[in-house]
Amino acid sequence: MSIDTDTAARVAKLARIKVEPDQLPALAEEFNNILGFIEQLNEVDVEGVEPMTSVTPQRLKRREDVVTEGDQQDKILANAPDAREGFFAVPKVVE
Amino acid sequence: MTELNKLTIAEARDLLRSGDVTSKALTEACLSAVEGAGALNAFVHKTPEIALQQAEAADARLKAGDAPALCGIPLGIKDLYCTKGVPSQAASSILEGFKPEYESTVTQNLFDDGAVMLGKLNMDEFAMGSSNETSAYGNAVNPWRRGNDDTALTPGGSSGGSAAAVAADLCLGATGTDTGGSIRQPCALTGTVGIKPTYGRCSRWGIIAFASSLDQAGPMTKTVRDSAIMLQSMCSHDAKDSTSTDLPVPDFEAALTGDIRGKTIGIPREYRIDGIPDEIDAIWKRGTEMLKDAGAKVVDISLPHTKYALPAYYVIAPAEASSNLARYDGVRYGHRAKLAQGDGITEMYEKTRAEGFGHEVQRRIMVGTYVLSAGFYDAYYNRARKVRTLIKRDFEEAFAQGVDAILTPATPSAAFGLGEMKDADPVQMYLNDVFTVTVNLAGLPGVSVPAGLDKQGLPLGLQLIGRPWEEADLLNTALALETAAGFVDKPAKWW
Repeated sequence: MSIDTDTAARVAKLARIKVEPDQLPALAEEFNNILGFIEQLNEVDVEGVEPMTSVTPQRLKRREDVVTEGDQQDKILANAPDAREGFFAVPKVVE
Repeated sequence: MTELNKLTIAEARDLLRSGDVTSKALTEACLSAVEGAGALNAFVHKTPEIALQQAEAADARLKAGDAPALCGIPLGIKDLYCTKGVPSQAASSILEGFKPEYESTVTQNLFDDGAVMLGKLNMDEFAMGSSNETSAYGNAVNPWRRGNDDTALTPGGSSGGSAAAVAADLCLGATGTDTGGSIRQPCALTGTVGIKPTYGRCSRWGIIAFASSLDQAGPMTKTVRDSAIMLQSMCSHDAKDSTSTDLPVPDFEAALTGDIRGKTIGIPREYRIDGIPDEIDAIWKRGTEMLKDAGAKVVDISLPHTKYALPAYYVIAPAEASSNLARYDGVRYGHRAKLAQGDGITEMYEKTRAEGFGHEVQRRIMVGTYVLSAGFYDAYYNRARKVRTLIKRDFEEAFAQGVDAILTPATPSAAFGLGEMKDADPVQMYLNDVFTVTVNLAGLPGVSVPAGLDKQGLPLGLQLIGRPWEEADLLNTALALETAAGFVDKPAKWW
């Protein structure tokens, strides 16, 4: 499996990371090196093996579906790069 | 009396309780050591005001006779931990200026026990690295040098600042986190002790997430006893982390008898890897002899899927990272890129993430995105999770044969020079975790113990791997190894 620059560009887009076109060949090569390393996994016989979902055999605890720590709008917005009138502000999303 | 910052936690605790030393004096000694150690670049956000306030409170508590073991003990905190009102940016530019409105559960536990925070410690960006070279703060530097050679060496990573700070006696202990070896590898490269407990022992709440199914917090200290004391305080069941386990936390220090007669130590043959320096092999053999001399039975074991641990890790960890790091979007916290006329929300995301994340983090996010993308999910991600099941099963079978702990090298080499791996393929850097990563995949406890010096005068460590939830027994075996190895060397001060 070899990754070309188009695939690299598609992955960067999916990850929402801007990559300049002249950087794509180097990125594709890095992906290929790492994926080449990962390919070793194909040697393993995994027939009938369950994929691990939890490393410790435990049932997740349940709790009442209620608000535990609400009413702290100011704290939630305190670190926002742009907060206005009690909201996070972002560039226009809908035309 | 020795300089106060050079004390171990256990020694300081006893002096504090007897009233021979105050936390204020101890804290001031550490703060002045920190001030004098700029060249190590270990502390990246210093919090002297908080430290002195906490020391004063601790002294009052000590006077009142209500003093847990950590009361008044000055610690460094890895930058990955959210600490209320104090910069916590995971050594990333994308979290520049972020000051959490809340405290991580582990640091809260430490503070509840009276611990003193000196500041935040350098690390690899988002804990992705094995040399502390991916940090937005620049490299942390190992206090150890190759004899008289003044080449700056790596303290390891990702908890490189923690390891450097403890080794250089800037603090009595430090917190670390370990996703693939990030506590044990830096401890081995700096002659310090560190334990990654069983997955679920420590709450991950408030610790900035890298790979949630692998991340665990743990202590980094000067001695095994100190690790036992600090781990005790860090562990707890926490309703805020659904993977933290509701099991009683045993008294780890009380279990430290040093008596390992009748214990069975496994030596995994798959950890003999081609190209490993002779000195690593020699120290491993020496460690084996030490445990035998201490009365343990040593047996050869097989962990057949060891070879596949690193490739499985480099699917699972980036996959989880790509998901966890999706939250850095320039909206809720941290950095937002300056936008050009007409830029919309997609450009904001893409520019923010390109500017805010360093190269290694970007690469791992994208690898994770790829292995999770439609059409590749089964081939990569599901296959890696199946291999992970097999790796865990290898350990279960070894333990079922009566093995109490497994002895391995901690790292494939001693500390290397900063910049020496600059042109290497990223996979070469990943090999640093070859002996430690299996433990994260299997969720087991693992401890790194300094075992000796190499020919260049650099520390080498050995790793002990224990049964799940049996940190007490594991630390006791580590104590036996520490006692037999008698490692007392300290780096000569040059900073």
